[in-house]
Amino acid sequence: MVLLEVEGLKTYFKTQEGTLKAVDNISFDLDRGQAMGLAGESGCGKTTAALSIMKLLPANGFIAGGSINFMGQDMSKVTGDKLRAIRWRDISIIFQGAMNALNPVKRVGDQIVEPILLHEKVDEEVAIKRVKELFELVGINPNRIREYPHEFSGGMRQRVMIAMALACRPKLVICDEPTTALDVMIQAQILTLLKNLQQELELAMIIISHDLSVLAETCDLLSIMYAGKIVERSSAVEVFANPQHPYTKGLIAAFPNIKGDRKMPASIAGNPPNLIRAPKGCRFAERCYMKQDICIEQEPPLIEVLPGHFAACHFVKPKGV
Amino acid sequence: MAKDLLQVEGLQVWFPVRRGFVESLTSKEQKYVKAVDGVSFAIKEREIFCLVGESGCGKTTTGKAILRLVEPTGGDVRYFGSGLSAAMMKDAVKRSVSKKLMTAKEGEEALAAGTVDVRKLTKDKMKMLRQKMQMIFQDPYESLNPKQSIYDIVAEPLMVNSIGANEAEREKRVAKALDDSGLRPPKDFMWRYPHEVSGGQRQRVGIAGALVLEPQFLVADEPVSMLDVSIRSEILKLMLDLRNNKGLTYLFITHDLSVAYVFSDRIGIMYLGKIVELGPTEEVIKKPMHPYTKALISVVPKPDPRMKTDKIILKGERPDPAHIPPGCRFHPRCPYVMEKCKVEEPEPIYVSQEHWVSCWLAAGEGKAE
Repeated sequence: MVLLEVEGLKTYFKTQEGTLKAVDNISFDLDRGQAMGLAGESGCGKTTAALSIMKLLPANGFIAGGSINFMGQDMSKVTGDKLRAIRWRDISIIFQGAMNALNPVKRVGDQIVEPILLHEKVDEEVAIKRVKELFELVGINPNRIREYPHEFSGGMRQRVMIAMALACRPKLVICDEPTTALDVMIQAQILTLLKNLQQELELAMIIISHDLSVLAETCDLLSIMYAGKIVERSSAVEVFANPQHPYTKGLIAAFPNIKGDRKMPASIAGNPPNLIRAPKGCRFAERCYMKQDICIEQEPPLIEVLPGHFAACHFVKPKGV
Repeated sequence: MAKDLLQVEGLQVWFPVRRGFVESLTSKEQKYVKAVDGVSFAIKEREIFCLVGESGCGKTTTGKAILRLVEPTGGDVRYFGSGLSAAMMKDAVKRSVSKKLMTAKEGEEALAAGTVDVRKLTKDKMKMLRQKMQMIFQDPYESLNPKQSIYDIVAEPLMVNSIGANEAEREKRVAKALDDSGLRPPKDFMWRYPHEVSGGQRQRVGIAGALVLEPQFLVADEPVSMLDVSIRSEILKLMLDLRNNKGLTYLFITHDLSVAYVFSDRIGIMYLGKIVELGPTEEVIKKPMHPYTKALISVVPKPDPRMKTDKIILKGERPDPAHIPPGCRFHPRCPYVMEKCKVEEPEPIYVSQEHWVSCWLAAGEGKAE
């Protein structure tokens, strides 16, 4: 069952130098209980794409086109009270750098009680009981709900953030770089927790990360973004087993593999283009080893290479669709 | 066989815990945060030695203590005078002896062995030594002064050490350092500001700043952890090229085992202020002996969903270096903990010629299933 359907989403920013096309015509859909990874270099628009779904854009950002169909409503048009009712109750977010996302002068328990009381007609006692259950769910001692954020370590604070995101039993959780600031061991703990929660609670998740290996471990679906566009999209296994786009191939090759041979990974030379004056052809052309004239002239469409596997490159031909 | 460039023996960095007035009267002993608590290793010439560990294990403090950017509280750091003239070394030792930092006998021994005792140098001689030992910092977004042009940033070490007779000469050296760091042509970059170049190029500026003094030994503190994956290996390749062309030696500090695996010659795994396992990279990664090393390797995310491996996820987090557990410091989190581990600290045991581990299991006590 389709929970979220993003169709031709365009999110632009007004800047002094002109309009910055941070997200330019991307489409994907997500079923109930599915986890999708959104990968790409910094500045490729992955966070902006996710924030557009919750409409958490900064003042100079706006949705310039497309639709975001979430459970039958077009999120790009919902405003005011209606929007407030959806945020956190149906869609919640785990912010990047959870260390700094908590209010340092409020007890963690109270911070989680707040959205519950706002969204549901329950009294405080019920809410506190729920918080204790949530703490147990994410692996924190329920007696700690009266402590302040500084009394928790980094990994524990990330767990508090996860508990908070789950407070109103949302259908969709957006995780923005959920483990970037954490150690490998804590990262493994948090990823396992997220995976378990996703299966237990049938959560749909969008996990944003620049680290393909993190997404490989947690996601069913994978979308690779480059300079505001989705260049490849399929199931995670498919993308890794059978990458089609040169950028995806480059990204995968850029990871050192501790289980593989001891060789220096390849790199992708160059930098992403300026999105205020985006090139008219393929945006990856400048860095691509397969570059031809057609790449500079024409933008490649996102075509279905294999059933459910999309890629946007002039040299990718559909096989068996 | 290459000779040692640097020897570190029993290095300690303890930070005293601040006490209130009443506490200082009543409590019996001063407490310490033992950030580095007896670390020993040697780095050979042209070698890349990698220290790996979780944050707070003391790996950065170790790197800084070697350069005396934090003062070590104990142990020895000996630099085998590569790049220093005999006169310079003699001068440095004389100075240390006259300042009573070392005895005359120690001074003679040091000169005979051709080593410089980093911990026993005076401040001004340390400055001279730092021309040969430099550091590359972690965050290229924060470690460069945004108000200085790239030329100013790279030329600053020359000014500090009064190298270069005039501006033209300095400019030549800066240009060479930028060129060596892969910022070509240097003229295009020299007068730009840090915000005008990309993240990878910023880190190259950081490297140029370290190279401009033509050092022999570099401490690289997580030089790629803030960079995008797609440009990480470019920086690593640059560092490898510099080693091959200029004969540099690196102490590479990272929390990322997969980077250490592809980049380094030898690895030391650090836990709570101590090295628990040390050996050639291939051997440590393929045949880890310490339970902590095994756990760390198992949790490195694999860039392929088809590779499912069993993870050893350690419970809890790294304990506080102000309260180091007795016995083996890893025992509260160790899946194979035995009674002996709780009371007695294991000594390093060699499992092959160059690979040692501090664990009672390796000593043949008990079995890991």
